[in-house]
Amino acid sequence: MELKLQTLTANLLDTQALTAVTLITLVGDIDGNTAPGVQADVLAAAAPDSKMILDMTEVPYMSSAGLRVLLAVYRQMTAQNSQVVLVGLAEEIRDTMEVTGFLDFFTTAATLDEAYGLLQLQPV
Amino acid sequence: MDRIDIHPTHTVDGYKVRCGRPLPFGATLVPGGVNFSIYSSYAIDCTLVLFKRHQAEPMVELLFPEEFRIGNVWSMIVFDLDYENTDYGYRMGGPLSFQEGHWFNRDKILMDPYAKIIGGRDVWGVDPDWSDPYQHRSRLAFDDFDWEGDRPLEILPEDQVIYEMHVRGFTRHPSSGVKESQRGTFAGIRTKIPYLKELGVNAIELMPVFEFDEFENSRRHPETGNLLMNYWGYSTVGFFAPKAGYAATGKFGMQVDELKSLVKELHRNGIEVILDVVFNHTAEGNENGPYISFRGIDNKTYYMLTPEGYYYNFSGCGNTLNCNNPVVRNVVLDCLRFWAAEYHIDGFRFDLASILGRDPWGAPLANPPLLETLAFDPILAKCKLIAEAWDAGGLYQVGSFPAYGRWAEWNGKYRDGIRKFLKGDAGCVGDMAQRLQGSPDLYAWAGRAPATSINFITAHDGFTLADLVSYNDKHNEANGEYNNDGGNDNDSWNCGAEGWTDDPGINDLRSRQMRNAIALLMVSQGVPMLLMGDELGRSQNGNNNTYCHDNDLNWLNWDLLETNRDLFDFVSHCIHFRLAHPVLRNHNHFQNRDYAGSGYADITWHGTQAWQANWSADSHTLAFMLCGRHAKQATVADDFIYVAMNTHWQTQWFEVPGLPSGLTWHVAANTGAAPAYFPLGTEPPLENQQGLLVRDRSVVILVGR
Repeated sequence: MELKLQTLTANLLDTQALTAVTLITLVGDIDGNTAPGVQADVLAAAAPDSKMILDMTEVPYMSSAGLRVLLAVYRQMTAQNSQVVLVGLAEEIRDTMEVTGFLDFFTTAATLDEAYGLLQLQPV
Repeated sequence: MDRIDIHPTHTVDGYKVRCGRPLPFGATLVPGGVNFSIYSSYAIDCTLVLFKRHQAEPMVELLFPEEFRIGNVWSMIVFDLDYENTDYGYRMGGPLSFQEGHWFNRDKILMDPYAKIIGGRDVWGVDPDWSDPYQHRSRLAFDDFDWEGDRPLEILPEDQVIYEMHVRGFTRHPSSGVKESQRGTFAGIRTKIPYLKELGVNAIELMPVFEFDEFENSRRHPETGNLLMNYWGYSTVGFFAPKAGYAATGKFGMQVDELKSLVKELHRNGIEVILDVVFNHTAEGNENGPYISFRGIDNKTYYMLTPEGYYYNFSGCGNTLNCNNPVVRNVVLDCLRFWAAEYHIDGFRFDLASILGRDPWGAPLANPPLLETLAFDPILAKCKLIAEAWDAGGLYQVGSFPAYGRWAEWNGKYRDGIRKFLKGDAGCVGDMAQRLQGSPDLYAWAGRAPATSINFITAHDGFTLADLVSYNDKHNEANGEYNNDGGNDNDSWNCGAEGWTDDPGINDLRSRQMRNAIALLMVSQGVPMLLMGDELGRSQNGNNNTYCHDNDLNWLNWDLLETNRDLFDFVSHCIHFRLAHPVLRNHNHFQNRDYAGSGYADITWHGTQAWQANWSADSHTLAFMLCGRHAKQATVADDFIYVAMNTHWQTQWFEVPGLPSGLTWHVAANTGAAPAYFPLGTEPPLENQQGLLVRDRSVVILVGR
C-alpha cells in the first residue's frame, strides 16, 4: 500500500486567492493488513485547516477494515477543520460503500475537476 | 490508560495467548487480539482450530489448557490474528454414546454457535467444495457501526401493516431493475424502499435471514432434472449471523454492515423490520444429519432426545431444539437480545412457536420458562413477539398460546374464516363477525388485545392470493414429491376454471375476489399481514409449497407492476385507508355499547337490513358500522365507517344505517364497481343515503362524514 503526495495550487473561487491543495494518491488494497499503515501515512501528510483530495483511482479493493480506517482518517482530518474529498472510487467500491452505509459519510467526486468545485476552488 | 490484562502470558505453537474471559460468549475483538469463549455441559476437552480463510487445512490447533476453564466455559485470547482472513472452529472431546445422547467426536470441526459471520456459502448457489471437512466456518466480525441515532421505531402493534417478504425472491428477477450484483439481496431491498413506501406498508417481515444452507437436502427433480434447493431457509445454521448469500457484499464478508445499513435506511423511511426466526429445529437434522455445531458441542443439551437417544421430531424437519433446557433458553435469549440490540430489529416472528412451550421430553408446559423469559426481558421489552402458534407435532395453540400479555399470534382461524366466507360457504357469518373484530372469541377472555391477532389470508405457506382464487387444488408436482407435500385444506375456489383461463367472466370474478380479500383484511381489527407479491397478483402456478424453487416460480416478477397496476393501486389504497382511519386500529376490543355518548355503539351489525344482521347458516350477507366517535377507545375522532359484504351469487340491496344529522355517507371503495376505490379525500357522496345495490361477491366500504 503506497502513498503518493503532491501539493497543488488552485484559486479560491470567491477571492481568487492562491491556495494549496494536498493531493494524496493511494495505491493498492486497503485491508486489515495495510490499514494501519494507511492511517499513519495519511494522517502524517494531513495538516489542519487544509483542503485535501484523496485520489482512490488506484485502490482496487477496500475490506471492512479498510472502510473503517478510511472513515476514521476522514473524520480525524475533518475534525482538524480540513475539507476532504474522495475522488475516483471504482464502481464496485462505490456500490460496496453505498450498501454498507459508508458512502454517506464522505464527500465524493467522480473527477478531479468536480473535487475542486466541491472544495470551492478553481484550477490555476 | 491501558488495561492490565491485555498482554500474552503463554505461547502455544508460536501463537501468543492468554486466559480469556467467559463473557461475552463467542469471538470478541479485544485490544491486540480475539477473546474466544465457548461452553459445553458434557465435553471434557476443547481445542480451538484456526484456519486461513477458505483453507481446508487448519493453520494451528490450540488445546484449551485446564486453567483456561471456568465452570463449563473455555475461554482464551489469541493475539495478533489477521481478523479478516481467519476462520475458526472447535474440536470437542467427550463421551460417545448414542443412548446417552452424547455425540462427541474430536475428528469433527464445529462451528461456534455464537459466530457473528459464517463463511462457506458466501455467494448464493455457488457450488461448495464438498471435500472441505469444515463447511460452515465461523469468522470474526467488526461489530462497530454508526447508527446515527437510529433506534427501533416502536410503532404500536395495532398500527402496523406487515409485508411478508423473502429476501432473494423480492429482487432476484431481472425485471426488478436492480443492479445485477445486488439482485436478491439486502442491498436490493434497499433500492425498492420507494416502492414499499408507495404501497404503504410500515413493517417488513423477512423470512429467515440467519445463515442457512441453500444446498441442504438439495436434489434433482426426478422428472425435470431441475435442482431443488433449500430456498425458503427454515433451517438455521447460525443464530447470530446474517446469511452471506443474501448480501451483495457477502463475498467480501460485509453482510453485517449491509444488513444493519438496510435496517437503518428502512427505519429512516418509517418501516420496521421483523425477523422470522426458527428455534424449533436446526440444520443438523436427525441421526443421519451432518455435524455443524450443536451436535458435536453438546448434543444432549441442545436437542430433545427420546430415552433411546433418537431425535424427537416435533418440527417435521428431523430434530427439535430443546428450548426449555436452561442452557438452550439462554442461547435463544442471547440471540434475540443480540439482534434487537445490535441490529435494531423491531420484532420477531417465531416459526412453529409451540415447540418453544414443550419441555425437554416434548410435553407441553403450562408455564414455559422460555416464553415467559422472552416476554419480560428488558432488551426485548418493546419488540413485537409473534408466534406461529402451532407445531408439526399436533400442538395447536391459536387462542391459547402462553402469552404473558405480550405475545401475538398468527391467527390461522382468521385465514380459514375469511377464505371460507369469501368462497361462499354456508355457516360463516358468525365466525366472520369475530374475525373482523380482532377475534375477541379467541383473545378477549384472556385479556389479550386485538393486536394479538396477526390477520392474514395468505402467507409463504400456502397459495398466493392470485392462486387462492384460481385453483381448487394444489399442484406441487414441481416439488418432486408427487404432489403429496403442501396442505390440502386450502379453502380456495377457482371461480369456475382450474388455473389459467381466458374467460373474461372468470377473470373478472377472480380480480374481484382478490380485492374483496384485501379490503376485508384492511378493515379488520388486529394486525394485517400481506404476502409479498399479492399486491401484484403474483402466481406460483397453483403450487402451495414452493420451499425448494430458486427460480421465477418464487422470484417476484416486476413486470406485474405494469400489467396489474390497478390491483396494486387498489391494495395501496386499502393500506392507506387503514392508516388514515384510527377507528380501524383499536387498542382494546369493542365493548358493543355506546360509551362515548354518540348515540351509537362502538360497533353495530347489519345485513341487507340496517340494524338487523342475518346470522343464519345460509346467510351470505353481512355488514358492520364503526362509530367514529369511539375510535381508539373514544380518544380520537374519526369518520364513521360502514362495510358491506355480499358473498351471495346475486346482487343485493343493502339498507344502510342512518348517520347522526349533518353527516353523509361517501363511497370509499366498491369492489363490484369501476372504479373500485376513490383516493382519500375524494370519496363521492352515496347517491341514495338510504342504501345501495351491492354486487354479487363484492365488498363496499363507506365513510360517514
